Amino acid sequence: MPVNLILFYVFAAIAVITTLLVVVQSNPVYSVLLLIGSFIGLAGLYVLLNAPFVAVIQIIVYAGAIMVLFLFVVMLLNAPREEVVQSNLIDASGTRAIGGLLAIAFAAELAWALTRSRGLAVSAPDERASYSVAAIGQRIFQEYAFAFEATSILILVAMVGAVTLASRHSGKR
Amino acid sequence: MDFLAPEAIAQLAILGFVFFMLLNSAAIMVYVERKVAARIQQRMGPTLVGPAGMLQPLADIIKLAMKEYLQPKSADPILFALAPIISAAAAFTAFAVVPFGAETTFFGLLDRPVPLQVADVNVAILWVFAVTSMGVYGIVLAGYSSNSKYSLLGALRSSAQMISYELSYGMAIAAVILLANTMSIRGIVEAQSGGFLDTTRWFLWLQPIGFFIFMTAGVAETNRAPFDFPEAEQELVAGYHTEYSSMSFAMFFLAEYINMVTVSAIATNLYLGGWNGPFLDDLGVGWIWFLLKLSFLLFFYVWMRWTLPRYRYDQLMAFGWKFLLPLSVINLLVTAAGVLYFAG
Amino acid sequence: MAELNHYLILSGVLFTIGTAGVLLRRNLITVLLSIEVMLNAVNLTFIAFGHFLGSSDGQIIVFFVITVAAAEAAVGLALVIALFRHVETLNPDAFRQLRG
Repeated sequence: MPVNLILFYVFAAIAVITTLLVVVQSNPVYSVLLLIGSFIGLAGLYVLLNAPFVAVIQIIVYAGAIMVLFLFVVMLLNAPREEVVQSNLIDASGTRAIGGLLAIAFAAELAWALTRSRGLAVSAPDERASYSVAAIGQRIFQEYAFAFEATSILILVAMVGAVTLASRHSGKR
Repeated sequence: MDFLAPEAIAQLAILGFVFFMLLNSAAIMVYVERKVAARIQQRMGPTLVGPAGMLQPLADIIKLAMKEYLQPKSADPILFALAPIISAAAAFTAFAVVPFGAETTFFGLLDRPVPLQVADVNVAILWVFAVTSMGVYGIVLAGYSSNSKYSLLGALRSSAQMISYELSYGMAIAAVILLANTMSIRGIVEAQSGGFLDTTRWFLWLQPIGFFIFMTAGVAETNRAPFDFPEAEQELVAGYHTEYSSMSFAMFFLAEYINMVTVSAIATNLYLGGWNGPFLDDLGVGWIWFLLKLSFLLFFYVWMRWTLPRYRYDQLMAFGWKFLLPLSVINLLVTAAGVLYFAG
Repeated sequence: MAELNHYLILSGVLFTIGTAGVLLRRNLITVLLSIEVMLNAVNLTFIAFGHFLGSSDGQIIVFFVITVAAAEAAVGLALVIALFRHVETLNPDAFRQLRG
């Protein structure tokens, strides 16, 4: 078995198992940490797909910054743990079972739909040059320059919005 | 892959050697810190254990290993045990891409030269940055899982400090990447070779402010004085590692010292020319220069700790956001303009 | 070699898990985390297609998706904090005041 295939299964298993546990866990701190594990598995998959830059960016931005934000919020809102545990139990008894079944049906449907495309070039024309960071940077700043500027404004708006929403101004809302 | 090829064995040997030397460096730093602190404070420091007290770290380690492992009753057991592991693992992993010598054949033992580094990655600088961001989790989880006021406050402050100074750290690194036109640390060091006595092309001369920003942000990232408010004894008992004892505590300290070594090693490679230096590099032992520069930076770390007073927490955060970050942005812009003008 | 279909099935499974989390969990933080899971599944699809079609478009789009996810997570968490200040719970079923 080629090494790449083994690595794919290892990282895919890590990603799927940790993601499943994220959704099932009752303690939100554990959920956040398991999601970080999922990101690391996905980063491994990105490296296998010849995208080391995006893999590292994912770890820096997603796992290193966004998840820290989640963790801070979870710790800040440390509602008494029992309440957090109770609030994920669903009242109707059969809802979760039906939900699980529907999820499995959805997954099967997605898998069927996605694998029906046969007209793609399965073997990649390996243009390694187009994957280098320099090439990606050039494309971002030339073809996708508008998207780049738009996302910077988006981040600015998000920052201002987050600070405004979360600040304590009594009597303003 | 031929697993018994000499290159593979050399690679594994380098891996083991780097791991072993990182552990040793933590022990050596413990001793150096106590001796230098003592001399700065005009006293002797450890002198009893071994000649001139050199076996003191060994005594410390044995003492720490024999202490009882305590866990607060209401602590989260999984996270409490996991936090020091994350800290130490992140510290070791960050050093994996740092090269400490030119490609060498070990004086002719090998056919092909092998780089003196655990892994040669194209995006090495970003890798270090990513793994350092992961190290924040060790601290946050330590504070949270201890279920104690002091630990939680210390952990939140410490992690907020670390993520604030990561920005300036990254911008300083970005300026160096602009100068060297590559993200691989080996490439950056090789871009600094040449010049009179192999010293005039260091990025230190081109980027003095960048070096200052990098070292300051590095000191703040590793939670060392004068930015060690979150773990200052007088303020928060001991911050995030209040409730830890014996080997977990040792792992936090190990992580802190290895982070120091990693930051110094990267500063050496990015600004001080790595293993470039007069004469020795041509003989194939350039890593001696690397060690000398690294030792100087580590001494500088210890010197700063015992000379400067501590920043208060709000002063620390204001310094990071209101002074260091604008300065690093301006540094990046000026560097970009310079590169465009002089080499474009 | 792992083929494109492997990656697509994997991302389909991850997307399903995320969707199930958004629809079934009664904890605001976990709902936000499940949204991140869904975005990650989409990222994986983009990069897989980018690799197998031989262009770097996939990576560039993922770069922007990660940025947008960061902005959305920040605002979402700020909303959660603001909501928590009013009603001391993270259960979305507790916020029913706007129901007709």
